[in-house]
Amino acid sequence: MTMSEYIDKLRYYLQFPFVRYALIVGILIALCSSLLGVTLVLKRYSFIGDGLSHVAFGAIAVATVMDLADTTWFTMPVTVIAAILLLRTGQNAKIKGDAAIAMLSVGSLAVGYMLMNVFSTSSNISGDVCSTLFGSTSILTLNQEEVWLCVILSLVVIAVFIIFYNKIFAVTFDENFSKATGIRAERYNLLIAVMIAVIIVLGMNLVGSLLISALIIFPALSAMRVIQNFKGVVVCSVIISVCCALMGMLVSILFSTPVGSTIVVADMVVFLIFTLIGAIKK
Amino acid sequence: MAYISCEDLTLGYDGKAVTKHINFNVSKGDYLCIVGENGAGKSTLMKTILGLQKPMSGQIVHGDGIKPYEIGYLPQQTIVQKDFPASVYEIVLSGTLSKCGRRPFYTKAEKELAKENMEKMAIWDLRKKCYRNLSGGQQQRVLLARALCATTNILLLDEPVSGLDPKVTAEFYQMIYQLNKNGVTIIMVSHDIYAATKYASHILHVGKKQMFFGKTADYLESEPYRLFGHEREDEDEDEDDDE
Repeated sequence: MTMSEYIDKLRYYLQFPFVRYALIVGILIALCSSLLGVTLVLKRYSFIGDGLSHVAFGAIAVATVMDLADTTWFTMPVTVIAAILLLRTGQNAKIKGDAAIAMLSVGSLAVGYMLMNVFSTSSNISGDVCSTLFGSTSILTLNQEEVWLCVILSLVVIAVFIIFYNKIFAVTFDENFSKATGIRAERYNLLIAVMIAVIIVLGMNLVGSLLISALIIFPALSAMRVIQNFKGVVVCSVIISVCCALMGMLVSILFSTPVGSTIVVADMVVFLIFTLIGAIKK
Repeated sequence: MAYISCEDLTLGYDGKAVTKHINFNVSKGDYLCIVGENGAGKSTLMKTILGLQKPMSGQIVHGDGIKPYEIGYLPQQTIVQKDFPASVYEIVLSGTLSKCGRRPFYTKAEKELAKENMEKMAIWDLRKKCYRNLSGGQQQRVLLARALCATTNILLLDEPVSGLDPKVTAEFYQMIYQLNKNGVTIIMVSHDIYAATKYASHILHVGKKQMFFGKTADYLESEPYRLFGHEREDEDEDEDDDE
């Protein structure tokens, strides 16, 4: 195919509202996930993101089995509660936080898959499981209501992040100092965990539950290779994430590759490039 | 009235007491050094003074117009900070955050304050540099500037010179001494018994219980100093051998 043929193909697809929805939702999710990714990576919370995505998978399985029309309304609260619980155990020195998370995440994965297998009425179980894990098609089947929910929640996450930006920075850099100067660090940790849970549930539509962590941590890690201040890292990782998501989605439309993994591969390529640039700059 | 009075504190965690019967007070202009063996609860005491954890019994009374949150804090470096992408300016400015209250953004006054303290610590030229690329001494000055943004009255320093080379250590002590002369009250947790007795006006020696609290001159005559000081000397000699 020549260049103009590609453009024509793209134009043809963009006529369909569901493709436009997918692009809007994809970009918003990429934006939100990278915003919090920086904090998550720096606070050594990356594993919480990973654990939560598995919990969300289990929750979706339960919602599917219960035949709920809209799984988000079930998955969202469950994931938020799991986020709060994980954070609690993470702060408790007696129970090792990473072990608790490992337990919870493989546990919900196993239970989720079992439920789907045993109770599902669908004829294509492995297809269902695969699309929940890797988000292959769900982004293209969003209805208008889901799109609006996603847009509103994304805007809320962005607004909260901007309003509390300075406090999030302080708590991320030095929790003890913040506490000593009277900042309620626990509250902001909670806020961060809840926002992560929201983003994960939203992001599962785009890249699926196994790949959502990649969407959160890769842009932040890439930006950190090159940029030397916090604001710069946040801005840069947002730009990387949005560009990669857009590229990934367009490529997947043109070459019929799976959306989620295409985006993640784009993120990985950028990470490699930025690591190289970082090494050269040193 | 003292800035901070600790009355019969018992400190510990998970229900196990580390140290008991801690009684001391810190008044305006004091330079208190907290010394003691490793694991004697020095850092726990510091966290308790800062309100990061509660004492198992006893109480801390704040007086003389000091509120619990008006204490500047220079913590030990954490692993997180070692590769944190933040500029010097961002870090120092974050020290003024408690002055913002519910307001989400910094005003001109806070930015001025941050600038003032950066100039005081001679790091204004480094303001755009990344924290993780600075030398140990420069990093300590950044954290000191941040602490000074949070308070003008009282500073708590937790093992501030660990990992600094001798020259930078001497400069750092000089800087703290100067701040103290200018009216900033200092509480420092330290391993370095020589510097402690050289600069501090008061010494608190903690072990399983409180071993000593009082003026530095009296400490030099005391039994705990003779025991602890010599033990320290031996340790230092060992360290020299290793090198």
